[in-house]
Amino acid sequence: MPIRLADLPRRRYGMPGNAACPGCPETMGLRYVKMALGDNVVLVIPAGCSSVIQGIVPKSGINFPVLNIVFASAASSAAGMEAAFEMMGKNYNVVVWAGDGGTADIGFQSMSGAAERNDNIIYICVDNEAYMNTGIQRSGLTPYGAWTTTTYAGKTEKKKPLPFIMIAHNVPYVATASVGYPQDFIEKLRKAASIKGFKYIHLHAPCPIGWRFDPGLTAKIAQLAVQTGVFPLFEYENGKFRLSSYSGMYRNPQKRAPLAEYLKLQGRFQPVLKDPEKLKGLQEEIDAMWRWIEMLEKYGPQALK
Amino acid sequence: MTMKALTGNHAVSEAVKLARVEVIAAYPITPQTTMVEKLAEMVDKGELEAKMIRVESEHSALAATLGAAAAGARAFTATSSHGLLYMHEVLWWTAGARIPVVMAVAARAIGPPWNIHVEHSDVMDQRDTGWIISVAQENQEAFDLTLQAFRISEDPRVYLPMIVTLDGFILSHTVAPVDIPSQEEVDNWLPPRRQPYVITPESNVVMGNIASDEDYFMMRYSIQAAMKAAKQVISEVDLEYGKAFGRSYGGLVECYRCDDADYVIVITGSWAGDAKKAADMLRDKGVRAGVARIRFVRPWPEEDLRDKLSNKKGVIVFDRSVSFGSYGQLFSDTAATLYGTKVSMRGVIAGLGGVDVRPDDIMSEVMDFVGRVEEVGLVYEPQRWMLPKKYAQVGKEVGL
Repeated sequence: MPIRLADLPRRRYGMPGNAACPGCPETMGLRYVKMALGDNVVLVIPAGCSSVIQGIVPKSGINFPVLNIVFASAASSAAGMEAAFEMMGKNYNVVVWAGDGGTADIGFQSMSGAAERNDNIIYICVDNEAYMNTGIQRSGLTPYGAWTTTTYAGKTEKKKPLPFIMIAHNVPYVATASVGYPQDFIEKLRKAASIKGFKYIHLHAPCPIGWRFDPGLTAKIAQLAVQTGVFPLFEYENGKFRLSSYSGMYRNPQKRAPLAEYLKLQGRFQPVLKDPEKLKGLQEEIDAMWRWIEMLEKYGPQALK
Repeated sequence: MTMKALTGNHAVSEAVKLARVEVIAAYPITPQTTMVEKLAEMVDKGELEAKMIRVESEHSALAATLGAAAAGARAFTATSSHGLLYMHEVLWWTAGARIPVVMAVAARAIGPPWNIHVEHSDVMDQRDTGWIISVAQENQEAFDLTLQAFRISEDPRVYLPMIVTLDGFILSHTVAPVDIPSQEEVDNWLPPRRQPYVITPESNVVMGNIASDEDYFMMRYSIQAAMKAAKQVISEVDLEYGKAFGRSYGGLVECYRCDDADYVIVITGSWAGDAKKAADMLRDKGVRAGVARIRFVRPWPEEDLRDKLSNKKGVIVFDRSVSFGSYGQLFSDTAATLYGTKVSMRGVIAGLGGVDVRPDDIMSEVMDFVGRVEEVGLVYEPQRWMLPKKYAQVGKEVGL
């Protein structure tokens, strides 16, 4: 169902003066979570920026009930909470809000376990493409060629294709979303909440500090990622794959905004802009992702069998 | 009440069922496995109305248990050895969050080399995490402690998680008669779950985010205060359990023939039974010996031990684990407790990796200690290694 901005709640879910950096995509994303799901949400947050954004107890900078938990086990703690709520006959949305490190790297095992068990939770990976909370170190989701404090000359490995790995888990719902497209994200969250079982949403979240761009540009960079084909928006629901409307036209590379437009706004891609070999590597990473999409569109889940 | 022939593991499973646990999360590891297999069977058969989460690791097992407990459910997990070590981080998190949770540990050695037999290193490694740690001597006590653990950890004066230790294979897999109360009797004795915070959309509670250094410090202080209060609660629960079910163990320490003893053996776990046998044998030989069996490693029964041991001629501590570069853990705590007294002390490290220790082995070590005390007066020998017989010569070379 299309989302009308005018129909969305106006309440404050991220409190003014919280501990987030200027232009933080996570506070934007968190706000959309509650706009989508209302007050029927409990968050489980592993170590990461969001465990800092909440600020110092006994206060909290975000208007959510939260269980903060160790880095490696957000999905399993959420599964435990959900089990408890189920035993009590309560129908709450247990939502994991974890970074790319907490999802693709240290938290992958527990997430994969929860996906395999089809635990009834919504898992949101807030992908800002590096370990931003500890000061911009590379993660499994840092793109090829990108500078981080542990990849000075640019990352030499490609980004882990996590949404496709989650599709391969055969869970009922997998989607990508972007803080640059709130209506799309909210729509997907509401759909996820209506489905029983494990739901995975991969939220692209450009980080001004780690990506080295002007904090006023967060939404623009997020949109450029979609428009250049770097981060396509799609859904996989009960065996059916489809590109989201915002990404439909970018299937055709001719229609995409030039990649350089996305790269040149960010300090982290200087190694890529200076080195054609690195640019080629990044383009290959993007092309590989679109090949996944093509395959899933053509064959559906059969593509993975 | 009915008598059933049960392994230690199945005795714990029965207690978990009678406590009406609502969420169980566990990962298999020897020798814990049969405990959660039985629970899974109970859940599948509908005998226990609980949700079983078959997690992919021990780290997740305790994290799921914590999540369920934070949401207000009575929750349980169990593990052993490497599994417990893998959970270590989450043990801190559970106690730090002051979430009552019960876990059974079938105590086992840690590799390398692989060894699945009894040792206390796994559980001793958790002493500093803020968990209450109890150790059973027999299957019946493993059952009783599990039931009591819910009452102790959910007491508002405590609100700390609790471990029930039972020795791997010696208790976990050995069948013994266990007296099982009825569901009605347990329901009358065990109140519904109490906990300090519940996270739900309605409660809007935030747990575990950043605190000021001062608040962090005070939260650590509160755990220590709760440990102190737990001593009183443990004794009360032991007494009340005795009134309801006919079995009391004497609180944090069980004293066997130690009132009139000159020499007391300090020990924990199933081999305390062998130590009691050794004490009987020593008395036959004219040495007035007794046993102070540590039922609770944490909180450490400092007052009880000081009261019972400070006027003795000698105290000999048997550890089934060691803090490398220091001493056996029970010895260190006992020595700190007896600081300033004129009691001779010896620490003995024995039985590692399940190496058999018999009552006569304990007796001869005590006889040797008694001889030393009679000969030189005040003795302080913090660690002697009771080496396996075929390696007895090595000890002399290394000088331990």
